[in-house]
Amino acid sequence: MAFELTPERLAIFEELLPKYPTKQALTIPLLHICQEQAGHISDEVIEYVAKKLSLSTADVKGVVTFYTLFQQKPVGRNVVWVCRTLSCELMGAREITKTLEQKLGCHVGETTKDGEFTLLQAECLAACGGGPMIQLNDEYFENLTPEKLDAILDAARKKKDAGCAATFSPVGIRARKEH
Amino acid sequence: MPVENPRLLTKNYDTPNSWTLAAYEASGGYQALRKAIAMGPAAIREEVKAANLRGRGGAGFAAGVKWSFLKTSPDKPNYIAVNADEGEPGTIKDRTLMEKDPHRCVEGFIIAAYALDVHTVFVYIRGELVLAIKRIEQAVREARAKGYLGDKVIDQDFKLDIVVHAGAGAYICGEETSLLNSLEGLRGEPRLKPPFPAVVGAFGAPTIVNNLETLATVPTIIELGGDAFSKLSRLHHLRDGGVRLYGISGHVNRPGVYEAPVGITLRELIDDLGGGVRKGHTLKAVIPGGSSTPVLREQDIVHAPDEKHPLHPWHGKSHLDVPMGVDTMRGLGTMLGTCCAIVMDETTSMVRVAENLMMFYAHESCGQCTPCREGCAWMARLCQKFANGTATQVDLDTLADVANNIMGNTICALGDGAAMPMLGILKLFRNEFEAAIGKPTPHLGVKAA
Repeated sequence: MAFELTPERLAIFEELLPKYPTKQALTIPLLHICQEQAGHISDEVIEYVAKKLSLSTADVKGVVTFYTLFQQKPVGRNVVWVCRTLSCELMGAREITKTLEQKLGCHVGETTKDGEFTLLQAECLAACGGGPMIQLNDEYFENLTPEKLDAILDAARKKKDAGCAATFSPVGIRARKEH
Repeated sequence: MPVENPRLLTKNYDTPNSWTLAAYEASGGYQALRKAIAMGPAAIREEVKAANLRGRGGAGFAAGVKWSFLKTSPDKPNYIAVNADEGEPGTIKDRTLMEKDPHRCVEGFIIAAYALDVHTVFVYIRGELVLAIKRIEQAVREARAKGYLGDKVIDQDFKLDIVVHAGAGAYICGEETSLLNSLEGLRGEPRLKPPFPAVVGAFGAPTIVNNLETLATVPTIIELGGDAFSKLSRLHHLRDGGVRLYGISGHVNRPGVYEAPVGITLRELIDDLGGGVRKGHTLKAVIPGGSSTPVLREQDIVHAPDEKHPLHPWHGKSHLDVPMGVDTMRGLGTMLGTCCAIVMDETTSMVRVAENLMMFYAHESCGQCTPCREGCAWMARLCQKFANGTATQVDLDTLADVANNIMGNTICALGDGAAMPMLGILKLFRNEFEAAIGKPTPHLGVKAA
């Protein structure tokens, strides 16, 4: 089925469009907006973005496959990125990763059976002073210990955000809400 | 000498709601913009030159000199692209500026745009930093409502808009030409230079790409005057001026971001700002300014008996007692980089450190140049062999060989940025790699009690 943005999200795109000298510059912002709605970047989303920006689907697919934040297959309702880079590993990132795998019952790169969580490894998230840390959707949790993880995961399970398939977006509706 | 604590860039970090316009203006915010506009563009550029402001993103190029390279063309606009794609492992400073004092950033962008006849500033912020993106966007909205942005900036005949652009997760986009390609909606692959961005940058137009902290420092320079700002540095005489943000992470008691003059020593950063190596442990090695900068040790001594040598004043002293400046760190065979250090104590396995870092570069290499694409992955695989005990003596030679063959053979600096720390670790800790032949290293280090 063809993909279409909701009117509210389309309005964000249309507000951004005149700010750039080319339509192609909207590729990444528009992909972020679409991913917030669809949850991941399917072929239908790629076709939609290509059409909107007068690009080939190859242009858009090339961008999608380059950047780690674009999910190329469906992910859980919550995405947990656990930082594995040096400062975090020095402070115990491996133990955090292992604990997350145990608590969620899935390995890095996998989604839980109930579809609630996808567990992924991230490269340095610019929070080295607070290592070990995770990014859960669009929030950072720093100075973690294995004991702190239950409360964080439980809160994410309870949190619902109507109309957003993905709980991460730096450009879409979520990013415009009060913080 | 105790480390000076100037609190210029971090002045508002502890203020409640420090990210709001009201809080920023209450602290004297946007007065520098008024002063700058009264001075005029040429005088602003002179002050930034006099400030000896070295780029805070890693390369340390003089910002005032970079600005002078802008090649204005009659049929193209000028652009500023702000590099806020903070992603160099260990680096944690720009995020704090954006989250805690976004208006200081915005005021810096406006002054720079006025100085360079720019009417659109693109702020490229790492996509993961959602809070930072929200805070900068809110600051832009507030500034526009107050008349600091828009068709007439403070009622002057000067039009300016700031566009916040979120990235999508790629370390390489911190490289300036890769950032420009990403901004244009392409894969973030670096461009060949020349032409440099100041001549052909974003959308084919002349563009100045500056690190976010570099520009956030501009209001302070205008407030104090360039020369007075420069003299806050301990390395003013080396034309490395002012104050800057230092970061520290790893095995220290107080990791975090601190403001201090340019030119404090690594020892001061670790002991005075970072609170020292964690209790009961001793320092093994320190990466001075982000993961691409070769590692240093306390026991290594500066050898510069020649009076003309730039490091002669520190002849006979430990590497940790050399002031941290762009040129002094280069003299030690490393780099100042982003000025954010990673500290490792005696429990740390340097084989595992190398493995961790090479996995990072293998993942982040954009794949455009063969030496980097193949070489980073090769170094990572070899380091994994050392870590799991299956490496041989030949692998040790191959590791150095691969690193040496990446150096200088790629379009951008990512390849060098992977090879330099690899060679640095091999030079100082070769014995650990030799000891790891046939013997697995299960852990990176011992967790703090």
